[in-house]
Amino acid sequence: MKVVGKRVKRVDGVRKATGSAKYVDDMKFAGMLYAKIVRSPHAHARILSIDTSKAEALPGVKAVITGKEFSNTTGLYMADRKVFSVNKVRYIGDAVAAVAAETAEIAAKAVKLVEVEYEVLPGLFDPIEGMKEDAPLIHENMHEYEHAVFIHPIPHTNVSEHFKLRKGNVEEGFKQADFIYENEFEVPMVHHVPLETHTTVARMSLEGQLDVISSAQSPFAVRQLLGKVFDIPLNRITVQAENIGGGFGGKAGLQIEPLVVALALTLPGYYVRLTYTREEEFCSAVNRQGLRAKYKTGVMKDGNIVAQEIEYIWDAGAYNDYGVNIVKTAGYSCAGPYEIDNVKADSYCVYTNHPVGCAYRGFGMCEIHWGIEQNLDIIAENLGITPVEIRLKNGLKEGALTVTSEVMAPVGFYECIERAAELIDLDKKDAPSKPYKRRGKGIAGGYKGPSTPPAAASTAIIYLLEDGTINLLISATEMGQGAFTALAQIAAEELGVDVDKVHISTPHTDYTPYEWQTVGSRTTYSAGNAVINAAQDVKRQLKDFAAEDFDVDMNDLYIEDSFIYSKNDSDMKKAIQDYALGLVYSNGSGKGGPVIGRGVFIPEGVTNIDLETGQGRPVNHWTVGVHGAEVEVDIETGEIDVIKMAAVFDIGKVINPATAEGQVEGAIIQGLGTVLMEEMILKDGKLMNPSFVDYNIPTTVDCPELVIEFVETPLKDGPYGARGIGEPAMVPTAPAIANAIYDAIGVRITSMPITSEKILKALKEKEAKSQ
Amino acid sequence: MKKYRVSFVINGRKEEMEVEANVTLLDLIRDELLLTGAKYGCGGGECGACTVIMDGNPVNSCLVLAPEVNGCEIVTVEGLVQNAELDKIQQSFIDHAALQCGFCTPGMIMSAKALLKKNPHPTEAEVREALAGNLCRCTGYKKIVEAILDVTTRN
Repeated sequence: MKVVGKRVKRVDGVRKATGSAKYVDDMKFAGMLYAKIVRSPHAHARILSIDTSKAEALPGVKAVITGKEFSNTTGLYMADRKVFSVNKVRYIGDAVAAVAAETAEIAAKAVKLVEVEYEVLPGLFDPIEGMKEDAPLIHENMHEYEHAVFIHPIPHTNVSEHFKLRKGNVEEGFKQADFIYENEFEVPMVHHVPLETHTTVARMSLEGQLDVISSAQSPFAVRQLLGKVFDIPLNRITVQAENIGGGFGGKAGLQIEPLVVALALTLPGYYVRLTYTREEEFCSAVNRQGLRAKYKTGVMKDGNIVAQEIEYIWDAGAYNDYGVNIVKTAGYSCAGPYEIDNVKADSYCVYTNHPVGCAYRGFGMCEIHWGIEQNLDIIAENLGITPVEIRLKNGLKEGALTVTSEVMAPVGFYECIERAAELIDLDKKDAPSKPYKRRGKGIAGGYKGPSTPPAAASTAIIYLLEDGTINLLISATEMGQGAFTALAQIAAEELGVDVDKVHISTPHTDYTPYEWQTVGSRTTYSAGNAVINAAQDVKRQLKDFAAEDFDVDMNDLYIEDSFIYSKNDSDMKKAIQDYALGLVYSNGSGKGGPVIGRGVFIPEGVTNIDLETGQGRPVNHWTVGVHGAEVEVDIETGEIDVIKMAAVFDIGKVINPATAEGQVEGAIIQGLGTVLMEEMILKDGKLMNPSFVDYNIPTTVDCPELVIEFVETPLKDGPYGARGIGEPAMVPTAPAIANAIYDAIGVRITSMPITSEKILKALKEKEAKSQ
Repeated sequence: MKKYRVSFVINGRKEEMEVEANVTLLDLIRDELLLTGAKYGCGGGECGACTVIMDGNPVNSCLVLAPEVNGCEIVTVEGLVQNAELDKIQQSFIDHAALQCGFCTPGMIMSAKALLKKNPHPTEAEVREALAGNLCRCTGYKKIVEAILDVTTRN
């Protein structure tokens, strides 16, 4: 192949390195107004009254709005939100009103003048408490909410989704087992921390057209949901997604757009902009849900796992419009990349008065593998077998049955396990750098599918221009993951043109074609297939013209290096650009017209799964991989130094080695942040660390040596065999480091993050026990 | 609000204007001069996305008040391109795929520029130290460090 598999330079490299790439906040509009949001100071309270008069009277204020004019609910999977809270607030930071003013300063002053009277209600901050029968209800009307057919809320409770999985007979499995182990793990809420905070600009024209420019991963999802919540026909809404300064799931679906659109509708003709401050981003933008995980595992002496009972209880925060599907995904992926004959799992999405949970790189997989992969190491040690052995014994291979009884397609999990162990030299223990330090190594596996609804669609349009260059129109967004570069490579490869000839347009719902969402590591796979189909459509049209022009059969033609050739006569060739506007006969008349390729794609064979048993085929494919970690722990201070991380993933086909490595490198460091540093510290629903000073993410000096490799077991319907990688790459990081720490000092930390304090406390307890 | 008259050079061009005391250099360059390469990431000097070079030193422009720039020379990421030619650091970031979402990239490149001006042949540890104030959530920093070290060998 000429383009696919090559280290092609990123198509967005120059504009980003020179600072000329425009992000939403970089766009200025004449007469633009600045929005600010009035937010709840209470975690759970009834709104008794809102008085906006003082704010309205402030010079420079153009509008102050509340929820009373906007009564529709919205949500991607569970319509549990309104634009503003009307009767109740459900978390600290919940939006109750908004201001638009001539300057940001005036808007900031005005929000303080909005007087809201509350009646404070008891807060609910623990999902296990929230599941109890006498727990106060956070959404009293949940039973009336619209939701996707595959979501299963329990009416009149705080459980917005109960996913059930029943495979085999778990009781029989436990009877058969030689040993039974029970372990529990915990994951706190963490924040996405995109460097670009959420930003949206909106304008309602006097003709009734709503234009939205947003830091949105999924412009078509934004358009659809805005249409629904504001009752605007979709053809009167445009959504443009510029360069996105990091998404990680936090800019998926609908985010801050309704707040800005509500103001824009109130003030037709004005551009209105809302850019979150960093503190607002931490407190009021979405986060990753918390998890309490329980595993009961039945194992044979040889390490074969015969039964597993799993309970996942999720702290999903105040609104679960996205969370319900994460919880479902965790349910149908519950045991990790392992074949177990008897599995019973229950995954519960629980409302709390915490900030709102949402999609976050991994979509539940990072959270569940924290327990799955530590649990395996605990069992292996007890049985006297190695971490590699227990994973090879149970790992998914071709023909194995997943927890949903899907027959596993060819997959290189075993190669990943063995290679990661080799890269980290797992069996060799290195000497520590100081006498008071201890070294250890560990591995962890993981898997993830695209976690979309079954019929999530992609589209691509290709224009062949008169000079032979290509305009590729897609609505997958570029948030750093390298989608534009990979898709340009696929188009170039398929069309037989140089990659420099392919230009990708900015996603804009009026001009670029439908894309469900840029999430789930599905873009290379799904949009990539749409691009291939569009390119083939272009080639069909070109061959049709050439067949007539050359007077040969269509099947005797091929396209290479921007020329169309006859297989039988090497002199018979023509530049593809000569057909760009149609076929022109020698007498000057013409046929056909401009060459426009159309490609669409929906994965085949994926369906809704059984609501009672969770059995079926929930995703098109699984990306598997393994991380190896080497750490050094200071037993006097508890300080942890991650020395080296190795990662091996089976992504079917590497479209671009540089960007694929970049995804894995970034994922490892993000995962390292969550396991060692990051936690939203919440006290009675209040976030105590809403700044970079108090919420640390990894910097240049926190990074270990990184070694990245790929296995290429082709995916049958992947573009050139490719699978997704962006999210799966982060899944095993945290447990690999936890397992390495255990290897170093013999203590197991089951709650993320692993801080020095937890290490020292655990070492002390261990010492006390041994005395 | 009292206004201050300031005169300074930015990207080689002389500017004179009146600024309010509470306006930051970041707001001045983004909102007044429309140089939007430097980004707002936190407003508190914690993320480095707004890094520009002021009299040879990298500064968080969100922490510099506009009146302070009187008599100073400022270089932003837009000032690195000369005669349509990219700075070596910019080119190296592209060659190494050392950027993803690109939001931290201008600040990252300005910190690297200030470092290499003072220390043309830094060690990897010195590069990592100099960039420790520039947060990136996408790349894992590996390719960024490699890109900067590669510039030093190209020199």
